[in-house]
Amino acid sequence: MGAATADNPTTTKPETTNPIIRFENVHKRFGPLVVLDGMTLDIPQDRTTVILGPSGVGKSVLLKHIVGLLRPDSGKIFYRGKQVDNLSEREMEPIRKRIGFLFQLGALFDSMRVGDNVAFPIRQQGGKNPAEIQEIVHEKLAVVGMDGTEKKWPADLSGGQKKRVALARAIAMNPDVVLYDEPTTGLDPIRSDVINELILKLKEELNVTGVVVTHDMTSAFKVADQVVMLFNGKIVSRGTAEEIRNCADPNVQRFIQGRASEEDLRALHRM
Amino acid sequence: MEWIAVIGGKTRQFIQAVGDFACFASTAFGWIIRGPGSRAMRELLRQMFDMGTMSIPVVMITGAFIGAVLAIEAYPQFAAIGIASRLGSVIVVSVVKQTGPILTAVMLAGRVGGAMTAELGTMKVTEQIDALRAMACDPVRTLVVPRLLACIIMTPVLTVYSDALGIWGGWLIAVGVDGVRNYSFWHYAAAGTDMFTVNVGLIKSLIFGIVIASIACYKGFTCGNGARGVGRACTESFVASFILILLTNFIMAVMLNNFYNWFWPNQPSLL
Repeated sequence: MGAATADNPTTTKPETTNPIIRFENVHKRFGPLVVLDGMTLDIPQDRTTVILGPSGVGKSVLLKHIVGLLRPDSGKIFYRGKQVDNLSEREMEPIRKRIGFLFQLGALFDSMRVGDNVAFPIRQQGGKNPAEIQEIVHEKLAVVGMDGTEKKWPADLSGGQKKRVALARAIAMNPDVVLYDEPTTGLDPIRSDVINELILKLKEELNVTGVVVTHDMTSAFKVADQVVMLFNGKIVSRGTAEEIRNCADPNVQRFIQGRASEEDLRALHRM
Repeated sequence: MEWIAVIGGKTRQFIQAVGDFACFASTAFGWIIRGPGSRAMRELLRQMFDMGTMSIPVVMITGAFIGAVLAIEAYPQFAAIGIASRLGSVIVVSVVKQTGPILTAVMLAGRVGGAMTAELGTMKVTEQIDALRAMACDPVRTLVVPRLLACIIMTPVLTVYSDALGIWGGWLIAVGVDGVRNYSFWHYAAAGTDMFTVNVGLIKSLIFGIVIASIACYKGFTCGNGARGVGRACTESFVASFILILLTNFIMAVMLNNFYNWFWPNQPSLL
């Protein structure tokens, strides 16, 4: 099975049965900048989908559409078969409670200690007493290697530590779907691999659907069941990790090998 | 003809911003009416301390100097026509009805409004507000309602402090420096001040509290990206608050004086 590409859209596609999230011809622009240009994409349930693409291509924008932080200009977005792009903020709440979101910069609340940050979504969901919340917080922080930091303030943590606490917060309420926006950026290789293993563990043991935006190719190929490559607001390639690795598209190969384009090199030589 | 398009565009932007602000403020007041929730109430105490207790020294110093300056400027005029003994009346009425509420509001717009805009703006650019929404938590309810309530409660309280020190400053100059008799000062101060005068000052300060908090929070929530965006939002917040404080003061002065004359037509205003 070869990777589907923009030039060869009829080639076979990876498994898309039972999609938990579906984008249907979604368009999004910010002023003159077209970010999503007719995006159609299925995110399969209980699988991990990795979104690749150059910086600024709209990968984070794609994630934000899933939880309704951004709304499409046109097109539809479905969660478990229900159209969600037209729901009000209040109607989105039950869906948001089932989705964990790891933000690119962590987005920890400065005014709360680490423990309260992780406890926040649990308290928001309700139904747990303080002792149970504390136990969950301790367990989730231990999973990301940050146990013992409950009393620290986010300002006292390094960038990588903030990212790990944010990941603990994203998985605190055992969500059905976790959206990871660059989960391994800023982490050392060993800690990155721990995070990769965590993503795999969540999928295998708890059937968590993952959507991972990353530039870390090692991480992408390790965790992905489906890889989607974006360029200029469109999907240019889609397939399993192996199919993407063997994809003939030069743009895809240049991206996964981390090679600068001829045009970029010429611009450098003109300096 | 290009200038017509420019004016049209600016007008449309202004109307849109006013509409957005009205929606934002009505959402906040909607939450106050429906019930802010326990988390917002806990935050309310912290906000009341930050914006109220911490502002007492600066508000008292400002009030004292303004009262003193009023006495310095008014004494020669009153002495020239032989009614220096009535200085207490004009100082107390001016401080309680006008300078106390306005100067307290302006001080709060700078000290508290600026901090509020900067804090919320930083939360916006670091995606903390998005994180709240992604965790099914209404950011207006969590962040705006406690700040708005704290400002509504604390602005009149601070105005009382400012008034008290303003009157003391005026008394110090009038009695201690200019030689007005202590009995005369307090006698005419009491004669010139009725409950309506006191209530006018407090009603104004309550409205100013609403103006300061709602503009500061709105500017924080809608600020542009980066440090420049936050800085610009803080400046715009202060300028807009300052202008609206003066405008609402003028409107309320006209309305409340008409109200007074309508209900008590045979009792001319003591000013």
